[in-house]
Amino acid sequence: MASHATGRGPRRTAATYVRRGLVLVYLFFLVAWPVSLVVTRTFGDGNHLASTLQDPAVVFALQMTVVVAFWAVVINTVFGVGMSLLIVRYDFAGKGLLNTLLDLPLSVSPVVIGLALLLAYGPRDGYFAPVLDAINLQVVFSVPGIIMATAFVSLPLVIREVVPVLQEIGTEQEQAARSLGAGGWQTFRRITLPSIRWALVYGVVLSLARSLGEFGAVKIVSGNISQQTQTATLLVEEKYLEFERGAAYATSFLLTLIAVAALVVVTVLRPKEEKA
Amino acid sequence: MGIEIVGVNKSFGDFVALSDIDLSIPSGGLTALLGPSGGGKSTLLRIIAGLETADSGTIEIEGQDTTNVPAQRRNVGFVFQHYAAFKHMSVAKNVAFGLEIRKRPKAEIARRVEELLELVHLEQFAHRLPAQLSGGQRQRMALARALAIEPSVLLLDEPFGALDAKVRKELRDWLRRLHDEVHVTTVFVTHDQEEALEVADTIVVINDGRIEQVGTPDDLYDKPASDFVLSFLGPVTTLGDRLIRPHDIEISRVEQAAVVDGPITRWTRVGFEIRLEVTPTDARYAPVQVSVTRTEAHALGLHPGDHVWLRPAVGAQSVVSA
Amino acid sequence: MTDLLTSPSGTTRRRRPRRSASTLTRPAAIGLGVGVTWFSILVLIPLALISFQAAGGGWGVFVETLGNPQTASAIGLTVRQALLVTLVNVVMGTLIAWVLVRDQFWGKRALETIIDIPFALPTIVAGLVLLSLYGPESPLGVDVSNTSHSVFLALLFVTLPFVVRAVQPVLMELEPEVEEAAASLGASTFTTWRRIILPSLAPSIASGATLSFARGISEYGSLVLLSGNLPFESEVASVRIFTYVENDNPAAASAVAVILLAVALAAIVTLNLISRRVARHG
Repeated sequence: MASHATGRGPRRTAATYVRRGLVLVYLFFLVAWPVSLVVTRTFGDGNHLASTLQDPAVVFALQMTVVVAFWAVVINTVFGVGMSLLIVRYDFAGKGLLNTLLDLPLSVSPVVIGLALLLAYGPRDGYFAPVLDAINLQVVFSVPGIIMATAFVSLPLVIREVVPVLQEIGTEQEQAARSLGAGGWQTFRRITLPSIRWALVYGVVLSLARSLGEFGAVKIVSGNISQQTQTATLLVEEKYLEFERGAAYATSFLLTLIAVAALVVVTVLRPKEEKA
Repeated sequence: MGIEIVGVNKSFGDFVALSDIDLSIPSGGLTALLGPSGGGKSTLLRIIAGLETADSGTIEIEGQDTTNVPAQRRNVGFVFQHYAAFKHMSVAKNVAFGLEIRKRPKAEIARRVEELLELVHLEQFAHRLPAQLSGGQRQRMALARALAIEPSVLLLDEPFGALDAKVRKELRDWLRRLHDEVHVTTVFVTHDQEEALEVADTIVVINDGRIEQVGTPDDLYDKPASDFVLSFLGPVTTLGDRLIRPHDIEISRVEQAAVVDGPITRWTRVGFEIRLEVTPTDARYAPVQVSVTRTEAHALGLHPGDHVWLRPAVGAQSVVSA
Repeated sequence: MTDLLTSPSGTTRRRRPRRSASTLTRPAAIGLGVGVTWFSILVLIPLALISFQAAGGGWGVFVETLGNPQTASAIGLTVRQALLVTLVNVVMGTLIAWVLVRDQFWGKRALETIIDIPFALPTIVAGLVLLSLYGPESPLGVDVSNTSHSVFLALLFVTLPFVVRAVQPVLMELEPEVEEAAASLGASTFTTWRRIILPSLAPSIASGATLSFARGISEYGSLVLLSGNLPFESEVASVRIFTYVENDNPAAASAVAVILLAVALAAIVTLNLISRRVARHG
């Protein structure tokens, strides 16, 4: 990386400018302009943001999204760090298979994920319905189901960030800590965790962005009942279809803001991680 | 006392890393485990440290049976080949780590860290990160970190293996002097015979998971127990049916009682030394490498192509070749 | 075995037990048990139930589902558009990665963020965003909503980062010396590109393309508002699955899901083969 920055400057030919121009135009029309329009639509004719935030349904949906995303991220962080450690630091039968399966959620349609959870935990026909009934726990069409769907879609993100870093740092630092008298937990907290912290933050930010934005899977398992199981993304759809476009754009604006903020955090973090 | 190793075995799958090792390492000495890569010496060191567990056998450190004591309670200082620096901590924090784990008072830790950094000549680097140090400095930091816990034994795994030749030489002398000051029982692993001969009080030669010979550097060099030890501790050549060092061969242009004779078929000059290859007239014997100084070659009037007679010099060590 | 142990630095540090041997300690084994249980509850069992559900009806369900012209058309549209989009991504994604790595200009960092926006943006918002520029109120006067073009557009948006992010790191690692060596041996710019650069990029382009295609055929959120879900025109497979779920027909929904999965697998295998060929016959 450093050699690229300090090396001689790139040779510029006409092709350089053609390529650069092509890329800029493509990205401008595909991403930059459309995204910026959400901002103008939100603040364009009258301030929709303020009035939208008065709507109890909007407030509820936003709160719901935050709560769901929070729990999904917490679950995925604990699960992700634990799984990463197991995969990198231990050998056991079926490790390769497990490693492959852990990536599965990224290549399954959100709608299929919703369907899968419905088949397993649906209240009437779900495979586990009798068990859930017996312990009086409603999963689908209630908050636990929404959290599960959200955790499902963002499951591999922490693992994918942490595993390569764990492999990179190796085990010598951990062994040195042990030879200096540190126990398992002390070694993890004082040596391993600080070494993976940027990768972990990066993974958490990605999971958070993904969790806040989940739509398809949540639409199926939530039941989409306003002020009960409706998340922000579901609300955007509903408001748009009910011709409350202002509210739809305003809520979208908030979600975009969070997404872009998350991205900026990630971009700021990334170079630091490379220097370490 | 020191370290007592009895009947240690260790296998990885069907690869036998150590087989039935009995070894007693004296207290306060500087001992080298010498041998080729993959011969088991690092595994033995890691078993002493508790970083690896033996399949069978016992380890005693300073009279205490530590066979089943986990690494973090053995009070062993371990220095890794690639330093294993805690990258996110400053040099001082690295050195303080073991003491912090032991919950020593802050003032004591600060004092001790200062002392140790002085000992390894890193006082002015206390607040740097390991990434800002050179390899040699990092390894000295690792040494200070291992010494901080006042270990009952200090173990070094190829400590200078990752350094370049010049720094390696400096650190070697420095380790010797440090040991004379600190006097902690020290064991280091190396595959470099020169390093072992120069630094260690006692050398343990390990090959193929077995101990070949234990002795002082002089013992090993002068009285090698096997052709492996002879050949590992310096250059060897075959003279007739015996292994011998190339500089222990007497060479003559005049016919005399000799093991073999033949023409000088190769002539390479390396600084003050001239390396010759003599191809015996008796085709049963392999070519012999002979090393002479430039002065000797001059005095004997040797030239490439000359017919010469070879025999072991007086007092030369040789063993029957396997 | 001994070869493996004789590493150049003379260390035996990397010696590892045989693959099959478990090195789990007790706490690690418990952790693994808990982790795998949670993973099974959340992911494996529900996904397995889809296959059971689909297989439960036998071939009949698949035949019947594919025989439904609306469903067949939706699957066809999805696969077609996903392929098309993947093709565009292979070209544009590689080009974007190239510009990001090899070109220097003011605002490049902003471009990095723009590339990632489709990852971070909620899919429903992505649909809304595209609708604002390419919908009925388009300031450009281009309205693709409710047509099959809208599917192409939405997929292009959500899959933008895949190829770029796959190719970029590999391109960074590529040593300029290799290209210079090729040039010094008389290769033209184009030949260098085709014989030297492309083969080294091929695996990463393929993996980006695979992700892009898999995402394309499974996309749902960004399409619901933009495409209008018109049968035989702009309705995609995910929407069909959703409709089947809403109509309480989990067997048909599962059948479509399994078909999508099979298509995705076929794509992975095909792209893997193509990338190997390109990498070998540089």
